[in-house]
Amino acid sequence: MVQDNGKEPTLALKLRVWRQRRGQPGAFEEHALPAVPTSASFLEMMDMLNEQLIKAGKDTFAFDHDCREGICGMCSMTINGMPHGPIPGVTTCQLHMRNFRDGETITVEPWRARAFPVLKDLAVDRSAFDKVIQSGGFITVRTGSAPEANNIPVPKPIADEAMDAAECIGCGACVASCKNGSAMLFVGAKINHLNILPQGQAERDRRTLAMVKTMDDAGFGNCTNYGECQAHCPKSITLDVIAKLNRDYLRARVKEFFSSTGKPSKGGD
Amino acid sequence: MALSGLVLAGFVLGHMSGNLLMFKGPKAINDYATWLHANPGLLWGARIVLILSTIAHIWAGILLTLENRAAREGGPSVDATRRASLSSRTMPYSGVVILAFLIFHLLHFTFRQIALGGVDFGDNVYKMVIAGFAQPAVAVFYIVSMILLCLHLSHGISSVFQTLGLRNERWRSRLDCVASLYAWLVALGFISIPLAVLSGYLK
Repeated sequence: MVQDNGKEPTLALKLRVWRQRRGQPGAFEEHALPAVPTSASFLEMMDMLNEQLIKAGKDTFAFDHDCREGICGMCSMTINGMPHGPIPGVTTCQLHMRNFRDGETITVEPWRARAFPVLKDLAVDRSAFDKVIQSGGFITVRTGSAPEANNIPVPKPIADEAMDAAECIGCGACVASCKNGSAMLFVGAKINHLNILPQGQAERDRRTLAMVKTMDDAGFGNCTNYGECQAHCPKSITLDVIAKLNRDYLRARVKEFFSSTGKPSKGGD
Repeated sequence: MALSGLVLAGFVLGHMSGNLLMFKGPKAINDYATWLHANPGLLWGARIVLILSTIAHIWAGILLTLENRAAREGGPSVDATRRASLSSRTMPYSGVVILAFLIFHLLHFTFRQIALGGVDFGDNVYKMVIAGFAQPAVAVFYIVSMILLCLHLSHGISSVFQTLGLRNERWRSRLDCVASLYAWLVALGFISIPLAVLSGYLK
């Protein structure tokens, strides 16, 4: 670490960054940054790298980012094998360079999962998550005239539990960290958020079955209870949501199996 | 996976308990074997359930492993596992060894075709077991397989609760503990017999 005249320390870093064009095989490219301030965020460090590439007349690295304050779910880098990097409970944008050592080599690659194909370099297509949400991650209400907020009482513990699940920012780190490329933590969080609230009851079973089906069709893997998703989730969503997703799914399947058609059977009795 | 696994996990505990009759002497274990064979309805009912569970378990395991490998596409270039246990990461491998053991075990003690030197033990199960484990290679393979069964059960049993939706953060560590205890109980129960034969305690 270089300390000059009371200014903030800087790091000299070697970077191995993934370079890939859509539909083509990718490879790591090596770059060096001589003086990265320790107060810089990981994305600011990537900005420095891109500025250096622009000055040299080279192609920049594409990566997703938006709010840069840890709530939008856009940033998506696998840093040294860890989605969102080495500090549990933070997104890449909130990861600061003081967590790295001077002279360290950092490997930066995209989310690795079949359901998240690489668009370019570090940016992946996460529209599989959008499809899951479109298939059931909503409640149906008449819009245009907002209802009185306190019409439907929600007990405090239920509101808290729903809020815990709603913390999910849909970044996809669960899929990227899962050794099975499974999206169960994401789908579990989204289903729980709505399934435990009174407003979510009308579409509870339909939502659960539809979102699980969309998840399976999108090519995500299956949960085998490694627990890596919880350990890498920037919002620390727990495996509880997966247990509850399994419970709701079983319940919905049994109810569907024994649902009434409202008509007598054709057999003569 | 979970339901077939639950049936098989229940079976290994029952099988282990029956085996411990070896320590009560030749009469106890031989009478138990005779009693089982005198109730073909019970015996074949259990066998059919076990065969179907085994087939379902293997089929689901293969499907799960293939689908999951495809979904992962190799994963990141650096491995940075944070909490996945050894048992969870070795499930397909421990499963394959247990299957190989199962086939050997059936040929050995059920069909009595191999590793018994062509001796017909008839109804004397006690003698057959002593003769079977008197060969160190057989006993060691048995013991190693039971340790892998322990590994397999410790992840499998705690996973059953998760699959059925009967687990949360408060209960996770307690259920993992229950699963570990169950797995060790089964494995040590099974292992005690070849160890007793090898050490000369049972003869």
